[in-house]
Amino acid sequence: MADIKEIIAARVAKELQDGDVVNLGIGLPTMVANFIPEGVDIILQSENGIMGMGPAAEKGKEDVDVINAGAQYVTVNPGAMYFDSATSFGIIRGGHVDATVLGALEVDCHGNVASWIVPGKMVPGMGGAMDLVVGAKKVIIAMQHTQKGAHKIFDECRLPYTAVGVVDMIITEMGVMEVTKEGIVLTEVHPDFTVEQVQAATGTKLIISPDLKEMI
Amino acid sequence: MKNKIMTADEAVARIKEGDSIMVGGFMACGSPEILLDALVRRNVKHLTVICNDAGVPGRGVGKLITNGQVKTLIASHVGLNPEVAKRMNTDVEEDKLECILVPQGTLAERVRAGGAGLGGFLTPTGVGTIVAENKQVINVDGKDYLLERPLRADHALLRGTVTDKFGNTTYNGTTRTFNPMMATAADYVIVGTCEVVEIGQIDPNNVVTSGIFIDAIVGGEEQWQI
Repeated sequence: MADIKEIIAARVAKELQDGDVVNLGIGLPTMVANFIPEGVDIILQSENGIMGMGPAAEKGKEDVDVINAGAQYVTVNPGAMYFDSATSFGIIRGGHVDATVLGALEVDCHGNVASWIVPGKMVPGMGGAMDLVVGAKKVIIAMQHTQKGAHKIFDECRLPYTAVGVVDMIITEMGVMEVTKEGIVLTEVHPDFTVEQVQAATGTKLIISPDLKEMI
Repeated sequence: MKNKIMTADEAVARIKEGDSIMVGGFMACGSPEILLDALVRRNVKHLTVICNDAGVPGRGVGKLITNGQVKTLIASHVGLNPEVAKRMNTDVEEDKLECILVPQGTLAERVRAGGAGLGGFLTPTGVGTIVAENKQVINVDGKDYLLERPLRADHALLRGTVTDKFGNTTYNGTTRTFNPMMATAADYVIVGTCEVVEIGQIDPNNVVTSGIFIDAIVGGEEQWQI
């Protein structure tokens, strides 16, 4: 199997449409930018104040005044704009971001997501995640299906929510899932796994799409 | 015209024990290091600091945290400064740091509201989460929102790129962050800036923060690596 993160990032990239305004979270989601198909132009928003973010800056050519939300030096594309944080989150909450891709600690069948705190253990803060999942038109969770075998997808999240009822899609190395009113529908399964294996790795009963496809 | 140009030490001399301070920047990109260094030298304690994040040790508000000057930190993200967790969990009362986490968009808008004369605003962010605890939920046209209150501070420490002698300021790249809102939301506003120029040298089209908001101008700020 190829690198798990690359499999996930490559599949997420296929969800993005030409002209979409997209915010990619830190870590795996940032890798999605490397897999955008030829002929598809997306406009990357970075919540610290960029519309039209480009690739990471080459070593030695960094502008130290230009970073992304993960504090890495980046470039901006022709046609880019810088703005302040209030404007940035007006763009986000105002529904002007077509898709946001982020990781999660837990997701549940109601579209609830937990990603920012493990009480008593890890309190990094929510950063911009709460605003992004509430404001973006489409919320894609990109994550490994389990935490070293332990379930991450449940009937109900155990950890405090980032937001309730916001997740549209979950993409893991095992498959592609859509969150619907009826529950989580498995629409694609990766060829390295069976439907039974995906179900066993999931803490909620999956609805198997009658139109189930191979995840490529 | 009133002379606003001063040294960093003069500018922070009025900051007292227990004051509240807004600091611009995102992961220290857009934080005024020369002003923070002066505040470390001044060594006033029990400060309430309002900033997007906790910076990193040795950069941004991380300097104040390491020096034990911050009693309360109001921020959206503190995970990249390990010093914060250490001080939140310490048993030494004098070193204890209280951390109030606020969603980033809510924090930015609370500061904006504080400077714009608003009594608060309604946001969908945080509805149904622990952020909603003890907050009023208001339903508008069938959708729930949280009532979030404005935020102001005694002082704001901004980081500018070019500032004229009136205080008109521009911000390069992603240094803008919270700086323009914080300029409007504090009683005394200090800008640490890379270049001080004569009035009229900045094209009015490019001014982001008007000089009317600025009380003190400190030159000598630099472009820092994170």
